Amino acid sequence: MISKENKKLAQWAMDCALKNGCREAKVSLYSGSNTSFELRDALMDKLQQASESRMSLFLYVDGRYGTYSTNRLDKKELESFIRNGVESTRYLARDEARVLPDASRYYKGGKPDLQLLDPKFSAVNPDDKVALAKAAAEEAMGKDPRIISVESSYGDGDGFSYQITSNGFEGETRQSWYSLSASVAVKGEGEARPSSYWYESSLYLDKLIKEGVGQKALERTLQKIGQKKTKSGRYTMVVDPVNSGQLIRPMLSAVFGSALQQKNSFLLDKLGQKVGSDKFTLLDEPHLIGASGARYFDGEGVATERRSVFDKGVLKTYYIDTYNAKKMGVDPTIANPSVLVMQEGDKDLGGLVAGVDHGILVTGFNGGNSNSSTGDFSYGIEGFLIEKGELTLPLSEMNVTGNMIALWNSLAETGNDPRLNSSWRIPSLVFEGVDFSGL
Amino acid sequence: MCTFTSYLDNSLIDEQYIYFMDRRNFIRTGSLALAGAAAAPAFASSLAESERSAPVASAMLHFGVTEADVRKTLTAALEKGGDYADLFFEHTYGMGVRVLSGDQTGYAYIENITLEEMLKAARTAARIASSSMKTKPVSLAERSLKTNYYAISTPWEGVVLKEKIPYLQKLNDKIFALDKRVQKVSASLNDSTSHILFCNSEGVSCYDYRPMVTLSAVCIMEENGRFENSYSARAYRKGFEFLSDDMIDVIAREAVENTSILFKAIKPRGGEMPVVMGSGGSGILLHEAIGHAFEADFNRKNISIFSEQLNKKICNEHISVVDDGTIPFNRGSINIDDEGTYGQKTYIVKDGVLTSYLHDRISARHYGIASTGNGRRESFRNMPLPRMRATYMEAGNVKESDIIASVKNGIFVDKFTNGQVQIGAGDFTFFVKSGYLIENGKLTQPIKDINIIGNGPKALADITMVADNDKIDNGTWTCGKDGQSCPVTCGMPSALVSKLTVGGES
Repeated sequence: MISKENKKLAQWAMDCALKNGCREAKVSLYSGSNTSFELRDALMDKLQQASESRMSLFLYVDGRYGTYSTNRLDKKELESFIRNGVESTRYLARDEARVLPDASRYYKGGKPDLQLLDPKFSAVNPDDKVALAKAAAEEAMGKDPRIISVESSYGDGDGFSYQITSNGFEGETRQSWYSLSASVAVKGEGEARPSSYWYESSLYLDKLIKEGVGQKALERTLQKIGQKKTKSGRYTMVVDPVNSGQLIRPMLSAVFGSALQQKNSFLLDKLGQKVGSDKFTLLDEPHLIGASGARYFDGEGVATERRSVFDKGVLKTYYIDTYNAKKMGVDPTIANPSVLVMQEGDKDLGGLVAGVDHGILVTGFNGGNSNSSTGDFSYGIEGFLIEKGELTLPLSEMNVTGNMIALWNSLAETGNDPRLNSSWRIPSLVFEGVDFSGL
Repeated sequence: MCTFTSYLDNSLIDEQYIYFMDRRNFIRTGSLALAGAAAAPAFASSLAESERSAPVASAMLHFGVTEADVRKTLTAALEKGGDYADLFFEHTYGMGVRVLSGDQTGYAYIENITLEEMLKAARTAARIASSSMKTKPVSLAERSLKTNYYAISTPWEGVVLKEKIPYLQKLNDKIFALDKRVQKVSASLNDSTSHILFCNSEGVSCYDYRPMVTLSAVCIMEENGRFENSYSARAYRKGFEFLSDDMIDVIAREAVENTSILFKAIKPRGGEMPVVMGSGGSGILLHEAIGHAFEADFNRKNISIFSEQLNKKICNEHISVVDDGTIPFNRGSINIDDEGTYGQKTYIVKDGVLTSYLHDRISARHYGIASTGNGRRESFRNMPLPRMRATYMEAGNVKESDIIASVKNGIFVDKFTNGQVQIGAGDFTFFVKSGYLIENGKLTQPIKDINIIGNGPKALADITMVADNDKIDNGTWTCGKDGQSCPVTCGMPSALVSKLTVGGES
């Protein structure tokens, strides 16, 4: 929690910054803690624990802007820290685009609690945490003679933030998270030791899925044994919901003000244009109660709202913060997305695969990149060959290559299976006519 | 607002990192990013003089701790029966305490260095152990540096922003002047200086001063409505003397050349083919194909594809590969690693034989040998792990031109952005920013934006020719493992890999 004393300290720091020559300022406080237990073959391997707190200052001095951060919250030290900060900022180049958001755009409060903090967070017994990781490991251990290693881990954390600006914003956030994961390695063909993993995460311990993590990790690993590459060529590509987010990432990077302002975006000047197929509909839903990523304001304090990002393939939103809006001479929107929800279809992964005659199911990306100026991409992949609706061969050591706009125009179907513990709710996806290279 | 990294298993991501810091100064249509250590309380400037005589004592003074505090903390760390403990003080700014019980690790860190907080962290980390064994910390003795691989003339801590900005402005202006197609430039300079004080329960104490500077430029160009971007960067453990007009010229020219060529480049036809790795940055192949898989934590757990290959012949007998922490001013060099072991040069492949894994304290103990000085960590917030330093292949005896001439249909690649590997399966990849087609023994059409994928042991065995033009790439290579970033470099002479799978169109 951010204590009353510390809130007062933030206000004091704000006054101190203004008194020492800042035209405007923002002060933020953060405090958080995290714990992790990592087990190897159900025995404790590593335990880690930490808590942190810091104050960050965003100073606007004579048309110049500087940010400073410290974890020493002692008034005397802070005073000289702030004075030095103001002085250092005076050495930076002038940049008139650096201003606080217009006060009318701030979140003014009054909406219901988003319920992102588990009230039981600090009451969980450490032994129970270790027991969860142990149980996950035991689901896999001894279940197959080829197993050489089972690693499992439990992690949790909480975080609190408080920020104020000199033009009237005051906001507070609080959040907790829990995660449980397992990774299994087996002796495969030759010297290969294929491995895979599974994880679950949640904001609430009660809602964390605690069973099946080890078992799923084992299943996913065993399916990989005997991976081969297949012929190069055009295939229908199905991507599972664990990995589908990777393909949306370059599309999002391309709609950020920082990229547009630098003319480093293949979606430059494409607002209102069709850049994907009719199946490509993506919403930003910031106010979902209890959802990872939900929030009423962004890092600047600007109020979030429901937005259409892509609607039936048409680009509807650029994410432009105050600074980049000023640089570009356009109206700001919001700094970045909160909870992204893709419009779902009516089948799960199995149902989608069943409808594919000649395709590749991607269950993992391995490296690769996408050119931010052109949208040209190439990624390593592993997965399965699909023949007449059946998974017939585990694949690896292949690449998928293309262009982002062409890819999203080839989106043929979306699944009904997004992982709801993620702030990006992207289901399984089906794309037609994608280039794979292998043999 | 916490960060949550989804579980990535034994998949490791490496990249050539371009720094974009918060404080950006946009000048003209370019952007100049410059980050200094303005926010941290400066390390006592007198240290520079006193460190020659008593560096550990000066460092303790700086961190506000006494030898008695260290002893009390180490004692608390061992009170649950741990057999070893160490403290890692770092400016800027905090302290991590690690307790080992066999190969189990307890870790905690603090940002506010007081005896009370140190004891609290030590007792948290101590909980990894539960034995009646009582290990007592040994009195500290200073381990002094044998060689300083990065002695500098002008420390960054004494350089004010005003002195740095003209170099960035010059870099920005130079790039605009070189080519009319340049639309935007992001020039950035990042310098950092870290001070390390390490003390352990075996009585080792040592101090290291680690400077780092990276200068980079991203260039956006437009030709007939088409945009392309590329960059150039250099990174060293050097002081302010690193900045020179020559360095600015080199980076400006490379940024423009690297971007220009992309307008002429195409995506090749994909599939298996011979790949000639150009000298320098091609060391990414070594880093991914074998370097990570040789890190001994994976091998002691038997989950690396190379776990049973020690002392076996794994490639052509003309090939030797080194992981080296001793190259003067290199980004990956370390006088001492983050466990107090001296930086050193380690042959991982000698004349085609896998001769050594890369060890930290835990793995060295497991194998009953001395650590190779690869115990590194991102910061005081993290426990050390076996990590690479500068990983490179020694020169062969063939001419690069002869290698290219030997290929009928294939590609030549020499500009990369990032790579990744799966330790157990052995599949590794790297992303090619640009290169050329090879047709009938000649470089012809430029190519770009393709991923290459291979399998570690197979790719290594498929290296059939190695040239005499060995070269280290001094770019901003940053290696990621278990969520920790570490500065490294890589290098390679030009070499032929007879078969890799190249991304492309069909």
